[in-house]
Amino acid sequence: MLSIKNLQARIEEKEILKGINLDIKPGEVHAIMGPNGSGKSTLASVLAGRADYEVTGGEVEFNGKNLFELSPEDRSREGLFLAFQYPVEIPGVSTTNFIKTAVNEIRKYRGEEPMDAVQFLKKMKEKMKLVEIDQSLLSRSLNEGFSGGEKKRNEIFQMAMLEPTLAILDETDSGLDIDALRIVAEGVNKLRDGNRSFLVITHYQRLLDYIVPDHVHVLYKGRIVKSGGKELALELEERGYDFIKEELGESVEA
Amino acid sequence: MSELKELIQNKYNNEAFDGNGSLQSLSQKGIQLFNDQGIPTVKHEEWKYTRIANVLNKDFSYAVNATAVTKADVDDVRLPGNESANELVFINGIYHAELSTVRSSADELVIVPLSEAAKGEYKAVVDANLGHSANYHPDGINAMNNAFAYQGLFVAVKKNKTVEHPLYCYYINDARSNSVLSQPRTLIHVGVNAEVFLVEEEITIGSSDSFTNRVSEIIVEENANVHIYKIQNEDSHSSCVKTTHVRQVGVSKVNSVTLTLNGGTIRNNLNFILEAPGCESHMYGLYCVKGETHVDNHTIVDNVMPNSFSNELYKGIIDENATGVFNGKIFVRQDAQKTNAYQSNKNVLLSDTANVNTKPQLEIFADDVKCSHGCTVGRLDEEALFYLRARGVGEKAAKALLLHAFAGEILDKIELEPIRKYADVIISERLGFEF
Repeated sequence: MLSIKNLQARIEEKEILKGINLDIKPGEVHAIMGPNGSGKSTLASVLAGRADYEVTGGEVEFNGKNLFELSPEDRSREGLFLAFQYPVEIPGVSTTNFIKTAVNEIRKYRGEEPMDAVQFLKKMKEKMKLVEIDQSLLSRSLNEGFSGGEKKRNEIFQMAMLEPTLAILDETDSGLDIDALRIVAEGVNKLRDGNRSFLVITHYQRLLDYIVPDHVHVLYKGRIVKSGGKELALELEERGYDFIKEELGESVEA
Repeated sequence: MSELKELIQNKYNNEAFDGNGSLQSLSQKGIQLFNDQGIPTVKHEEWKYTRIANVLNKDFSYAVNATAVTKADVDDVRLPGNESANELVFINGIYHAELSTVRSSADELVIVPLSEAAKGEYKAVVDANLGHSANYHPDGINAMNNAFAYQGLFVAVKKNKTVEHPLYCYYINDARSNSVLSQPRTLIHVGVNAEVFLVEEEITIGSSDSFTNRVSEIIVEENANVHIYKIQNEDSHSSCVKTTHVRQVGVSKVNSVTLTLNGGTIRNNLNFILEAPGCESHMYGLYCVKGETHVDNHTIVDNVMPNSFSNELYKGIIDENATGVFNGKIFVRQDAQKTNAYQSNKNVLLSDTANVNTKPQLEIFADDVKCSHGCTVGRLDEEALFYLRARGVGEKAAKALLLHAFAGEILDKIELEPIRKYADVIISERLGFEF
């Protein structure tokens, strides 16, 4: 599904990713944890194709294709989805219109007929239930004036509509209260179908109580320094990131 | 330029107005000022960015009596919604009743030549208002129109009447056989408690050059509600200076939307004189231009009395070698306490050779007012573009979606559905927006 080999990337002159290796198989949920500044969001951005980052080495294969030969839109059309940490507000474009455009652009790419209004509405209603999102919210300008929770729910709603094969959740838990977190996580869990894979990026273990990962990786200074099962997340929660630094033989500031 | 002076002077001599009163004196003052000042060059502060003299330096004919335009020609240029509109047709600057369709009854809507209105029931209105715009535009262009204002049209919306059929004004230039200079002139009086929609479009038939120098003066009485929509979508050989001068003499509300979609050199002067306490004025503009089009929006809001509110938002999408100019003046006179005046000009440049000059200008003589202004010039928001692309929307479609939304904020202010849709179709096609 996704195979990352020795991935290196920088923004401007700053090296951020210094050789990432990661394999995600169909149906797996991987969590990437790490302290601030470790490169978590950079990894998400590089995979989605954000222009600010320059890939300086390594390769990424996604469903048999070289990811870096694909434009951001083609990555999406090939089945990659990034749930943004900070969803962008776009005045004047309603979520409904936007998602309809996106769905049909993806269908066109795959050589399918555009969805008619009836099919589309039916699908919308079905997916709205999934994330407990209201029609009135979707008629409004995309994310404009939405609360943090509404924005993140909207991201998961879009994910449900686009039905990706790999979804990357970039700190989806940030800025959410416990109720919103639960709704978002339940939405994600309903989309786990044994084939769809997830890469969950988070600073806190909290989200992983709800979205239980198969594998947990610790990202530190641009490298994956430790991998394990879901119990690794609990250990991090208990002991903080300092124990990773200790294991690496770094001195820990008091 | 001497050719233009000769053309104007000859016409003035040959067709000299033989009436008297305010029309005659305005005409005389006009020709005098025109001869003194000539057409403003870029040395004139108000014309710094717009080379109108160059555009006028051509061999124009100024023949108002050319009537080769037929009903069929008019049919070709009608705007959507015309089946329920009053349609006023001007050919080469002169109102033609036989080509026009007036659906409203005479107890709602009065349409008579200015020369007639100046003698009858509306004499006082004409005397007090005709030529008022010259106070704000003491230049040769305004004067050139004044010289022939007596050939203009007077429109009155009677008090307590809501005119159900919007007024569509077509200013048609017949440039099929030669280049045409035209100078339409209207004086519109909207009575107490009346409401009316005005839709105005310049149209050139034929492929020769045209230049329209139009002056519309509008008087808005107490509790009246006026909507003014202007559309400019001509070829590059058609240029114009349009002056819309609105006097809100009673507490009233006016909405204006100015759309510039294509043309040669286009100057829109829009003045709001808020002469009664508590007036409300909304001024919106959208210029979506490319090629060599030059569009210049000069606006004035003059707050004379207290407690008025004005809001101004002009947006530009400028592509290829096109140029946008925005100059927004707000005056707050000493008596105009508690004025609220807002102004904003936002531009998106789509090419390296697109150009914009934007200048807010506030002159405030009262001490208890709220005024704000701001302008932006930039490119599309990269973060928004990436967001859309990351959801599978192609780059071209994503740009179109964002630009359409940008323009939509202005189009949404048009309350006449057929006109809003018409403008939306043009803008969507221009931006490659097909959703």
